[in-house]
Amino acid sequence: MSITELAAGFADPVLASQSVFRTIMDAMARPGSIQRIAAASGTPSPLMRGSAALALALFDHDTPIWLDKTMAEAGEVARWLKFHTGAPLTSDPSAASFALIGAADALPSLDSFALGTAEYPDRSTTLIIQVAGLGAGEAFRLQGPGIKGETQFQASLQTADLFDRLAVNATLFPRGIDVVLVDDDRIVAIPRTTRLVEGD
Amino acid sequence: MYVAVKGGERAIDNAHRLLADTRRGDRAVPELTLDQISEQLALGVDRVMSEGSLYDRELAALAIKQARGDLIEAIFLVRAFRATLPRFGASEPVDTGAMAIQRRISSTFKDIPGGQILGPTFDYTHRLLDPQLAGSCDPAEPASAEASDAPTPRVTDILRQDGLIEDSPVAADDAPVGDLTREPLNFPADRDLRLQNLARADEGFLLALGYSTQRGYGRNHPFAGEIRFGEVDVYFEAEDAGFAVPLGSIALTECQMVNQFKGSATEAPRFTRGYGLAFGQSERKAMSMALVDRALRASELGEDVKAPAQDEEFVMSHSDNVQATGFVEHLKLPHYVDFQSELGLLRKLRADFEQAAPQMQEAAE
Amino acid sequence: MKTVQAESSDQAAKLPVARRQAAMAVLAACEAAAIDARLGDLGALPAFTMLREPEQGLVMLRGRVGGDGAAFNLGEATVSRAALRLASGEVGFGYTLGRDRTKARLIALCDALLQSAGHAAAIETQVIAPLRAELEARRLEKARQTAATKVDFYTLVRGEG
Repeated sequence: MSITELAAGFADPVLASQSVFRTIMDAMARPGSIQRIAAASGTPSPLMRGSAALALALFDHDTPIWLDKTMAEAGEVARWLKFHTGAPLTSDPSAASFALIGAADALPSLDSFALGTAEYPDRSTTLIIQVAGLGAGEAFRLQGPGIKGETQFQASLQTADLFDRLAVNATLFPRGIDVVLVDDDRIVAIPRTTRLVEGD
Repeated sequence: MYVAVKGGERAIDNAHRLLADTRRGDRAVPELTLDQISEQLALGVDRVMSEGSLYDRELAALAIKQARGDLIEAIFLVRAFRATLPRFGASEPVDTGAMAIQRRISSTFKDIPGGQILGPTFDYTHRLLDPQLAGSCDPAEPASAEASDAPTPRVTDILRQDGLIEDSPVAADDAPVGDLTREPLNFPADRDLRLQNLARADEGFLLALGYSTQRGYGRNHPFAGEIRFGEVDVYFEAEDAGFAVPLGSIALTECQMVNQFKGSATEAPRFTRGYGLAFGQSERKAMSMALVDRALRASELGEDVKAPAQDEEFVMSHSDNVQATGFVEHLKLPHYVDFQSELGLLRKLRADFEQAAPQMQEAAE
Repeated sequence: MKTVQAESSDQAAKLPVARRQAAMAVLAACEAAAIDARLGDLGALPAFTMLREPEQGLVMLRGRVGGDGAAFNLGEATVSRAALRLASGEVGFGYTLGRDRTKARLIALCDALLQSAGHAAAIETQVIAPLRAELEARRLEKARQTAATKVDFYTLVRGEG
């Protein structure tokens, strides 16, 4: 593939990035709520619209990116990211600021990613996980900052034990992993402070 | 502790209006253009680029105009601006050996290949104020001579051929390069971070520290091996193009200090070195930087660390004039609550003192 | 020192990178208006689409310890860049120090045209060559003025030889 066939970035990078940033900020502030990304860009396969927009808005030269096998396979995502964001790709997930996960059923162990440090808990990997269904499927009850009481959200997560795994955030805090689930142009954020409500 | 104090908005707005008017000054006097600042106050522009850590003459000139000639304020403005732009990456290291020389002198060898080239310098001027400049002046055309293509190797390269001076530390091309604008400083810091810190450092601070080493506070016996000023080409490995693209050229001043030699039972004695590099024609800065760079290598070279210029944490933590002015000038901010509590404490202590005083007097009697 | 990597673009492989770099070096040293004027003399130019809208950013400039040692970060510079594709497929890149986005676009256009068989000769002879001559004349004048400040040491002979 040559650069001539490369998928497009944002038509208006400044306004689109601001709009996406607002959306992801709202999603992080209201864990479990479904937010819709409005900005449009090209989408190199297998990147979804939401993940492509997040990449264009958040990735840059200073944020190493880790791609899972599905994302890395065709090479198209890597070339597109390089051209439009300038972000370096890393094969070491613990060095990544962001990880793009195309196959949620093969999510690597969370401790292979950066968990942040006591001095700089923000230096952790944010996982962007593409899933097949947000708003339908299994119901999860969530609580934590940004949620009044508790909230429920539905998703069919290919990482069946995602919330079991994210339980480690409770012991790691203030270190930990932040997750953004993406389904087409819809996103849901599960920041490190969000916990699954146990029992009925 | 700070408290939000309301009510100053109108005063602040009006103060800004007054500032804009004062900056413009007497309307009968023609307004400065950025070209005038860039061309005729070029060394001020160079300093703002160096310490603002951003190579852009036009922006530096704008900052100087906006700051009414307050260079530290201008440096602050440039630093703030650079934070608004994304970074595309890092250039290939510039090759100062291939510099298009505009000035090049050595105080260690009279006859250096390529010669001693004075260039546009204040040296040898009499430092007498020139009344002609008070009016408009039209200086004579510069003299012209046969341009030489003779190579101008660095003086340190010549010394190195005979093994008389230490080699520069090397690293693999893909080795990570420390960046204090991205990672907070930790001590001890490596030479790359120290040089980056010194390159951004306040010229006056470095000048004073460099001077202190000469006066005996961490003496390192310096010779100005070479000072060169000129233009170097910048290349950037562009991911999209797939090759190193030329970005244009920048003006740099480089100073190679040749310092106190050192040897051991196993190694023949050789000169050590200190290095200075700055944007534009910034000779004093580059020289001071080289002196302080060498002083900061004290522990690496097995010398006692006892002078301020040798104390890495002291030098690097206080060299940045934007940080320094921020902390000093923040004292202007309202500290009303802080001060009230101090005042309260002082009053209480005084009351206690006065109550105790008569008894003390009695006891004494 | 200048590393040259394999081309990512098919058409680009036809033109040596060194020639593109040499042209870019000339263009980066010129004002946008000068490039624009020379391009204007060429008459109608092929249509193109922007791959990367001209944008401003920073490049961290690096030096070497001692001039020849390990790299260190000296400070940043403003840089503008653009990328575009001619209707015939050639992709051009424009990079320049400074904040002139128009100049970055013009350099990208020249780079693309230089790779196009139909335009390469005109770009070389009517844009790059005259701009290079102007730069060279300015460089030479400066070099002559600099050379006039070179010290000619002479030894004073004392006493009888």
